[in-house]
Amino acid sequence: MNNTIKSGQSDKAEETFSVTEAVKASLKRRHRKELGFRAAGFSAVCFGFVLVFLLLSDITYKAIPAFHQHWIKVDVTFDKAWLGVEDATSTSLATANYRKALRSSLYAAFPEVKTRKQKKRFTKMYSTNAEFTIKDFLIENPDKLGLKQAVWVRADDDVDTYLKDGVEPGKAGGRIDAMQAVWVQTLQQQSRIEKRFNFSFFTSGDSREPELAGVKGAFTGTILTMLVTLILSFPLGVAAALYLEEFAPKNRWTDIIEVNINNLAAVPSIIFGLLGLAVIINLFGLPRSAPLVGGIVLSLMTLPTIIIASRASIKAVPPSIREAALGIGASKMQTAFGHVLPMAMPGILTGTIIGMAQALGETAPLLMIGMVAFIVDVPSTVTDASTVLPVQIYLWADSPERAFLAKTSAAILVLLSFLLVMNVSAAILRRKFEK
Amino acid sequence: MNSSTLIFVIAFLALFSYWFAMQRAVKIAGGASKVKTLASLPKQFGALTAFWCGLPALFVLLLWTIFETRVVESFLLDYLPEDVGQLPAAQLSLYLNDIKVHAANIQKGELINLDQSNLKMLAANYLVETQNTASWLKSALILLVSAACVIFLVSRFSIQYQARAKMERIVAGLLWACSGVALLTTIGIIFSVIFESIQFFSSVPPWEFLFGTEWSPQIAMRTDQVGGSGAFGAVPLFAGTLLITAIAMVLAIPTGLMIAIYLSQYASQRLRSIAKPMLEVLAGVPTVVYGFFAALTVAPFIRDLGGSMGLSVASESALAAGLVMGIMIIPFISSLSDDAITAVPKTLKEGSLGLGATPSETIKKVLLPAAIPGIVGAILLALSRAIGETMIVVMAAGMAANLTANPLESVTTVTVQIVTLLTGDQEFDSPKTLAAFALGLMLFVTTLALNVIALKVVRKYREQYD
Repeated sequence: MNNTIKSGQSDKAEETFSVTEAVKASLKRRHRKELGFRAAGFSAVCFGFVLVFLLLSDITYKAIPAFHQHWIKVDVTFDKAWLGVEDATSTSLATANYRKALRSSLYAAFPEVKTRKQKKRFTKMYSTNAEFTIKDFLIENPDKLGLKQAVWVRADDDVDTYLKDGVEPGKAGGRIDAMQAVWVQTLQQQSRIEKRFNFSFFTSGDSREPELAGVKGAFTGTILTMLVTLILSFPLGVAAALYLEEFAPKNRWTDIIEVNINNLAAVPSIIFGLLGLAVIINLFGLPRSAPLVGGIVLSLMTLPTIIIASRASIKAVPPSIREAALGIGASKMQTAFGHVLPMAMPGILTGTIIGMAQALGETAPLLMIGMVAFIVDVPSTVTDASTVLPVQIYLWADSPERAFLAKTSAAILVLLSFLLVMNVSAAILRRKFEK
Repeated sequence: MNSSTLIFVIAFLALFSYWFAMQRAVKIAGGASKVKTLASLPKQFGALTAFWCGLPALFVLLLWTIFETRVVESFLLDYLPEDVGQLPAAQLSLYLNDIKVHAANIQKGELINLDQSNLKMLAANYLVETQNTASWLKSALILLVSAACVIFLVSRFSIQYQARAKMERIVAGLLWACSGVALLTTIGIIFSVIFESIQFFSSVPPWEFLFGTEWSPQIAMRTDQVGGSGAFGAVPLFAGTLLITAIAMVLAIPTGLMIAIYLSQYASQRLRSIAKPMLEVLAGVPTVVYGFFAALTVAPFIRDLGGSMGLSVASESALAAGLVMGIMIIPFISSLSDDAITAVPKTLKEGSLGLGATPSETIKKVLLPAAIPGIVGAILLALSRAIGETMIVVMAAGMAANLTANPLESVTTVTVQIVTLLTGDQEFDSPKTLAAFALGLMLFVTTLALNVIALKVVRKYREQYD
């Protein structure tokens, strides 16, 4: 009997021994696996960082050229015969032939430009806006009529790109030929070319000419659209959240609304564009391309975000606040508006800012309601045709001119900094709220 | 007065009636010192009156705006000779449009000398007169309504008057109405998509749309023109959408999941505090920026890379769009999976670690199986977002409807076609425009189904541990 026990014990010992052995033997493999898994996780995180870095640096790198542009000094002779005017009255100056004056002055400075073809190439090096630049100059200085005067005008975007990129003339990617390159060099030797900060990028509207195009129109359109969105979605969202949290009876209707809000938050944005097109434009007859319609569509889209955030924030207000207010005789409405809402406000504002940031970057629904039109004028009211920053980015990204590549990236930077400001203010609000 | 001025006038009237009712309430109480004898505060009297002044007026304005054009048009048709009214619809609308253009010119003062023999000009003049009358009537009616409401209400004021309770009932009603806006939006979406889709399916049979393999929505203007027979088989679009979504998912699911696991289980507090903003940046970048990145950086890079390996890659390859869409989805998957993993009770994890499992074994054999419903929910939501994503594919994927599974070729998606069909000139009776709404219906139904399933899966999971 003793023996059997002994043998049993030794069996167990042997078994334990073998299990320990097996575990020990496998430990190395298991630890290697552990390390591999950990490395995989770490590299996934690193991959994320690399992506952010690539995305931002790529866009910033591409945007840099857009902030400068080249100007060329031209000795313009404001010859009365060229301009076709007799005197310096404002009416005659407004209608004078500046194109002829500019071209004749250009040819006079470069006598070697002779054939028609050469002349065409030569004048193409200056922005189409150059004649308006000299017009503005003469109208400001009418006493210069009949005299020779150096005026700085914008270079054409092809010359501008050539000077920035240094792609060899005539090669693929370069848009100017060898002849134009020689002229550019001559101009440079005469120090007639200057690089300046591109103010007009921030102060002018869209244009077909890259050297003239700016984001002001799109920026103003964005501000107007966001204003409409905020005015509509903030009160609606807060009211809906307040109703659902403080007043709604637990019944079918409330359930339907809740499920509906959750589902609406996941509807693709382009569907809201279809709604805007079919209902707001075709049925209600509001104008196409207007910030008003864009704002309505975007506010319907952000409404679920704002409602969900506001509800969470209202729910976080301690019940003791409500009980105290009700206890000293406040009505439910007074409790809700006088005590719960002010306490929930920071959270509501954070949610609103996040919702607005979403709306700010939204493009697809605005394409549907016709905010893709090419619009030069800066909009001034919510019913003017206009475009917004993301749509402007989309439009410029589609343009074939190389100079628009930099413009697009620069517009993206403007949009991203706008977003950054909004998100940082939301984060600051949240932090203040948490204290 | 036009509608926006009227709204300002109404707002001003409401403010005025607030002040007026307050004065009135103080007077009824018998002076400022006896205000306490009133059943409600004077400002509550004011607020109630302001609502009574503003809300009916806004309601009338809304009704008027909806019906004005129709009523004015029917007046115009009565004015015109009978044979005009019997023109076919398209011609009639052209005819009326001419009149409206003349009318707009008269309003602007550009058309002063009326040609008495031109019927359209006479009609335009009549239209302008009717519109002006309507505008006056509208303003007068609105002012009358708000004045009547305010006078009626103020005449009933007394010391016992329950102004606060009445005002609160109105506010509660307004709050209820606001909560209904989200529901109205959904109804609006459903009706707008379904209504136009039914029209589309009356000219293109549904099975042809769902199972046809050829998509070329351009319809020739004349029958003898080349190109564009108008084929509406949406299978290539569905296939293209699925291909791009699949590529995105192949990138996003492992990356997002591993990021979530690493950040929630291994990472130090410091790494977490810098990795979270990184994910927020990825999530916050507008899709149009991703589209630009895909079209101008990733797509050329993949094309050159493929070219150097001897592969022919389309310049608008599905791979580029899919990869960038995957980048966009990563933060989405990682944050939702993070929630799912951290929601697993700590005891499960500690039990497994206590038994001697390595952290990775704990994660793979205990945490992930317990979190799987949440992760599946996250993936389904991400899927619905990828399918509905528009700008990346509009900018980086192609327009041509190729039925292919090769990621190096160019494919098109449902959202790309909706945008292409609906930007530019539209006519709301051509199948080309209506096809966009049919595609929208498909998109809406698919994403809604995915979302409902995802929410159900997540909810079921939560019940397990609560």
